[in-house]
Order: sequence, then structure tokens, then C-alpha cells
Amino acid sequence: MKDTDGAPAFATSIRLAAFSREDGSRVPYGVFTSQAIYEREQERIFRGPTWSFLGLEAEIKAPGDFKSTFIGDTPVVVTRTEDGGLAAWVNRCAHRGAMVCRQLRGNASSHACVYHQWRYNLEGDLFGVPFLRGLNGQAGMPADFDRKAHGLRKLRVESYAGLVFASFSETVEPLADYIGPVMGGYIDRIFHKPVEYLGCTRQFSNSNWKLYLENVKDPYHASLLHLFHTTFNIFRVGMKAHCVTDEGHGLHSIIMAIKQDEGETSTAYKDQKIRSFDSGFTLEDDSILALIPEYEVLATNHIQPIFPQLVIQQIHNTLVARQLLPKGPNAFELVFHFFGYEDDDAEMRKLRIKQANLVGPAGYISMEDTEATELVQQGVARDASVSSVIDMARDAPAQSDTLITEKLIRSFWAGYQKLMAFDDAGVGEV
Amino acid sequence: MSPLDLALRQELLALQDAYISTLDTDALEQWPDMFVEDCLYEIIPKENVDQGLPAPVIYCDSKKMLRDRVVSLRHANIFQPVVYRHFISGLSVQSAETDEVAMQSSYLVINTSQLGQSVVYQTGRYHDVVLRTADGWRFKSKRAIYDTSRIQTALAIPI
Repeated sequence: MKDTDGAPAFATSIRLAAFSREDGSRVPYGVFTSQAIYEREQERIFRGPTWSFLGLEAEIKAPGDFKSTFIGDTPVVVTRTEDGGLAAWVNRCAHRGAMVCRQLRGNASSHACVYHQWRYNLEGDLFGVPFLRGLNGQAGMPADFDRKAHGLRKLRVESYAGLVFASFSETVEPLADYIGPVMGGYIDRIFHKPVEYLGCTRQFSNSNWKLYLENVKDPYHASLLHLFHTTFNIFRVGMKAHCVTDEGHGLHSIIMAIKQDEGETSTAYKDQKIRSFDSGFTLEDDSILALIPEYEVLATNHIQPIFPQLVIQQIHNTLVARQLLPKGPNAFELVFHFFGYEDDDAEMRKLRIKQANLVGPAGYISMEDTEATELVQQGVARDASVSSVIDMARDAPAQSDTLITEKLIRSFWAGYQKLMAFDDAGVGEV
Repeated sequence: MSPLDLALRQELLALQDAYISTLDTDALEQWPDMFVEDCLYEIIPKENVDQGLPAPVIYCDSKKMLRDRVVSLRHANIFQPVVYRHFISGLSVQSAETDEVAMQSSYLVINTSQLGQSVVYQTGRYHDVVLRTADGWRFKSKRAIYDTSRIQTALAIPI
């Protein structure tokens, strides 16, 4: 990943964030609460050398189809162009700054700001300015006014396997290189044939967006926080696992839990008297836990964050592209984009909808996640310089076949430190 | 409105009152009994319904699944204590036969946190089909189509 331009200098001499170790195993809590760090993230991450997930190509299939969304907290619009390509631009009129597109979704052949009806084509070029030449001999825009110089702020847009990303950066590598071959392979696993968009659900959490990234890089919590797994015997710590990061900056990762017979692992739970083992319950309708084989590797869970705004998820047969949007230092929003395959039969489609019960804000195996991230946000409110302890499996960096590890989280924080470059210009108020 | 219509309306209102009581008084175990065995219960954002898309937050196509939800909430899931107060208004009957009625009504759910803050948690519209059974009116289908598309933190207890 290439670097961005220098960050703005801050007036005070206090370091923005002091990571006591470069390996990401100690994280000062201030990164979850500081407004100054949040501002720096918007510049160095969301407007920096990264690609942010905006949606599925399947959401905007026809020319003119558009969707309003965000990169970080900047409102953007992504749209299908007349020639079938993709365009994205900042949703801010070049005239006086009003949001141009006021709908979440729709179809339009051009976009006009309602304030003074400046009109833009799908690529974001300005073509209509009312009273450009004035009226009845009265002056209009000055002679040196050039419409070409006043288009919407255009973004780079690329898609990978039907996932649409955009970037503010002129220097970031092409999307496929940014994702990398290892992560690309896992994306191809899910996006190996055309998908159909099935709708979205939205969830708002009063906690920092990076707490959610920690969560989706944390297989250690899965069977301990989410008791549904173990209560109904779905998921075991001893399941065969893959936990790997991309080969570059280490900010992307995947957790896969691969199905195998239970047995000794449930004994291990009983022996350790972990609260989450309870064999007394069975589901009356266990079709919710069906796993119809669709892929070469039969995994119950595929959780793959592509930094900074995407988490690809396959849990049993339910498929989601989660979009993670920061909303200030103390809040984030998740948009769960459900999808299936175009060639799903009725039975498979019904199963995907039924298994939506597992995930999202009411999900049997996910409703606790935002609870946990909010508990952290509340717990760290006044302790910016105290650090978390992220040590699980720290002595075994090569180990990737276990779920009892925090190495993906460490890798994330190591990459985050580099991207944020707190040492270079990171002075300011914590 | 004829006396018969008024009597039916009273019965439907009583059914709705009984339904929200199971949720507002933490009588979750009685909640599935408001439905017939072969039922549909769904919570889905209005934005999906408007686009003809199926992605739900909760989707149960049998009373068994409703009971599973209750068992999971009681024994498996972890969430902040929920105190709901449901308010229902604007009952409209779409179709009424002797033993089957389709109706809609608006709902408002206020949730109160442990710290004592009451917030509008969700507003939406119920789309119901109810059947007359030996035990009285029961839901054959209940769709909670919500406007509050951004669900705050989590949705544990049904709507």
C-alpha cells in the first residue's frame, strides 16, 4: 500500500496515540474515543490509499440505477452509466455544497441539485447552470466561468467479482492488487457466479467502527460470546479453521470454520467448565442450521473483512456483504446486503431467507456483537492511554489452523499504525 | 358500522392487546401461542418491502421456530434487558370472512434502558392475517414492516 500526502500538523505536543508495541498486541483505548484520531482516519484511511466498498453491482444493474452511500462519513453516490460502466462521486454540489442526490436508491439519467438546479451527468460532469447567460440582458455567470471546472468530485471506481469499491486516492494500486491474490481467492469462493441482491438491513451501534473490525477478526470470541453456537451444538472451538491475512498490509483477513465431527471438543468444554457449553437444548426446527454444500470447502462460517468498509460473510447458506460505516468516534452503522445466486432454486432461496435469522441485528449468532462493542466503548470512556491486551497465540505467529487466536487483530492494528503514521505527524490532543 | 362489524373490531382489538401484552410483560413463553401451528412471523424493513425484496430481520415459518426463538432468548443469547411498550393504532380491516380476517395497524415501540432512558425503538405497520380457532382468534401471519430502518444496537425481543 502506498502512502498518502502529509497529514495536517496539530498544535499541541501530545502524541495522538501511543502504541507501546508495533506488533498490534497493545492498543491504547484512545483510538476508540478521540475525535482527532477520527478526523485523521477520515483523511489517511477513508480518503487515503484504500478502496471502500459501496455495494453490489447487482444493486445497480440498469443504466441510471444509483445508490447513495458513504466513504467514511463522506456522502457519495455510485451509479451505472449509460455504457454499462460504473461512476461514483461525492454527493456535494460544486456550487454551494448541497447534497445533490436526495434518495437512497433510484434511477436517473442525470442528477440536479434542488437548490439552484445545477445539473450533472452520470459521470459527475456539470452541464446545466440556470441563467448561465443571465436574463433579459442582465449579467449571468462571468465570462471566465468554465463548466468543465465545476463538476462533482469524481472518485475512482472499480469492481471485483461484482463488489463495487471506490477510492479518493489517485495513487492507490488497482483494486485487484489492493485485495491481493490470497484474499481474492477467498472472495472468488463466494462470488464465483452471478449474484442477486435480496435487500438490506441496517444496524446502528454506539461504539467505534474499529471495534467492529476487531470483532470480525476475532474467532476467539465466537463460541464464548455467542452461546447459540454451543447451546445448540453448531460450532466448536476445535473445528478445523483457517485464519489468515492478506500477504501485504495485513488489514484484510479471513476466518473460516470448517465442518468436522464433534467429540473431543465438547469434552474439552465440559472439562473447563466454560459457561457456554450446555447440551440440554435442541431446536424444534433445525432447518435453520442446514448446510447445503455449495463450495469446494464445506465451511459453516466465512467471515472476511476487506479493509476498511467491507465484511463478506457466508454463514451456513446465508450470504451477506456487510458495509461498515463510521459515524463519528462513538458510533458506526452496519448495512447488511443480503444476496443469493441468480440460479438459486426456490428451496435454496427460501433457506437463505430462513437463515437470515442467524445474522444481522436479531441474529442468533450475531446479536451479541454490538452489545460487546458497546460494552468496550462504555468501559474505555475515560482511559485513553490504557491499552488492551491482545496476546492469544502471540507466540505462534505461523499457526493459522486454530480459532483460538488473536493474530488477525494484531495484524490489523500493526497495519493501522502504519497507515495512520502517528509517529510522523501524530501530535495533537488525545 | 353495523353491530356485527363493531363486535368483530372489538375482538380484533382484544387480540392485538393480548399479543402486545405477551411482549410488554415479558411473558415470552406465551407469545408463540398467539399463532396457529402453520404460521408466518416476520420482521422486515419497509425499504425492502417497497422494493419487493425479501431480506428480513426475523423470519419464522412455523410455530416451532417461534418457540425456538424464545428458548434461544432465554438460554443462549446475551442482550441488555429490554423493556418494550407497544402502542397500536389505526386498525384497518382489509378483508373479513367468517373465520379469516386480514388487517393492518400502525405500531410504535418504546424501549427503556437500564439507565432509564426511553427511546422510540421502532415504528411500523403490522400486516396480519388472523384465523378463528377453537381457542379464539390466532395469527396465521404477522408481518411487522418497520420504518425505523436503522435498528439501534440489536433486536432481541420480537415486535
